[in-house]
Amino acid sequence: MFRNQYDTDVTTWSPAGRLFQVEYAMEAVKQGSAAVGLRSKTHVVLVCVGKANSEFSSHQKKIFKVDDHIGVAIAGLTADGRVLSLHMRSECIHYKFLYDSPLPVGRLVVQLADKAQVCTQRSWTRPYGVGLLVAGLDETGPHLYQNCPSGNYFEYQAFAIGARSQAAKTYLERKFETFPECSRNELIRHGIISVKEALAEGKLNGSNCNVAVVGIGEAFNTLDSKTVQQIIDSLEDRADEPPVDVAPVEGEQGAVQDDTDQAAAPMET
Amino acid sequence: MAATEGIKQHHSTWSPYDNNGGTCIAIAGSNYCVIAADTRMSTGYSILTRDYSKICNLADKCVMASSGFQADVKALQKNLSARHLIYQHQHNKQMSCPAMAQLLSNTLYYKRFFPYYSFNVLGGLDNEGKGCVFTYDAVGSYERVGYGAQGTGGTLMMPVLDNQLKSPSPLLLPAQDATTPLSESEAVDLVKDVFASAAERDIYTGDGLEIVVVNAEGVKREFLELRRD
Repeated sequence: MFRNQYDTDVTTWSPAGRLFQVEYAMEAVKQGSAAVGLRSKTHVVLVCVGKANSEFSSHQKKIFKVDDHIGVAIAGLTADGRVLSLHMRSECIHYKFLYDSPLPVGRLVVQLADKAQVCTQRSWTRPYGVGLLVAGLDETGPHLYQNCPSGNYFEYQAFAIGARSQAAKTYLERKFETFPECSRNELIRHGIISVKEALAEGKLNGSNCNVAVVGIGEAFNTLDSKTVQQIIDSLEDRADEPPVDVAPVEGEQGAVQDDTDQAAAPMET
Repeated sequence: MAATEGIKQHHSTWSPYDNNGGTCIAIAGSNYCVIAADTRMSTGYSILTRDYSKICNLADKCVMASSGFQADVKALQKNLSARHLIYQHQHNKQMSCPAMAQLLSNTLYYKRFFPYYSFNVLGGLDNEGKGCVFTYDAVGSYERVGYGAQGTGGTLMMPVLDNQLKSPSPLLLPAQDATTPLSESEAVDLVKDVFASAAERDIYTGDGLEIVVVNAEGVKREFLELRRD
């Protein structure tokens, strides 16, 4: 009811204490295609579904290397994601120049969150319309973080963002307790299976599925499409893998739905 | 007071620069490049350390050796390493040696009016896998050559290198390559001889010799002793 009166500026509160522009920005994240991240004791894996504009075009690049020890997967406005990735790269280079050591992941994530927060408090800039899954390795081990347009950030064992991410999350919820002890390849498998859940139509293959890994003894790298195709093929061959029957959640397709992990705001009427 | 007393001119005795001495050379071969530098770091007539590396791996196939003011050298190396990271992010590959050579030249000239007191010699493999050496002055003037020497012992070494490596006159046809026809081990032996000779007479060169060889297989490092006096 009140939404339309208070949603023009990011600097206008609603009577219920919400900033609608920020929430709309988070909607943009939900419209982007799915990105999944998961972490074990030694590795972090990012898996994404790349959308293609048409049959003729290449698939969207959703995973960016930020430094040898950090990479990021984006969902939402890709241009915003690219710009933020470039900013993260320059932060890492700057830190290395000053301190001759890799930027701790948590620090980078906080800097990113502060940057996003600025855009929620200026009348002349809009919030970034991109959600980021930051995967990195530092002295304290492997980490997976999510960054929101609101300026919030959260650390996760496993998470999914983007369209139909709830389906992926349901799979992850079932399996995440086994992740810490998983080997690198098992982790990648879990990631690809969970991303399959988030696929609306069409098949997962080496070109529309991007997989990246970072871990102890392994710098951040994106797997090439042949390797990914092999893993996908081997998943289909595994007859012992129980069929994952997850009913897709209905609210995902375009209706405004509040994720429970975002700011706890009531559903609008 | 006598009227003839004048105001003493007080000239500044502080300089932002210091010369830490030492010599660097590089020799280009048909499919390798040798880059070498002594490991003595000095100031005035004192030795600061006998064990300081003047050589920096800027990229896979590109190595820089610099003598002069090592604080400026260190800053220059860090600057170039950071720029190389940016290049790798943008182009998804390592910088080639000729590309790094141009970048170094631009970086030096950027500080044309407060220069890096750094006398550089850049060595590596070009895009075709042939050895290449670039020699610089402090403000970025550079040239691709077959061999080069910079630093306090440079003037002692250059005539010897000219004698051993200089290609016949460019007026002769067919055109000759700048790279030496010597084999890798012959070039390394020449480097050792030339440093041993320079260490005899140049007080700032000595203690140790660090030799880096870049070839198709990668980067190899060797270290040996020099006169410590």
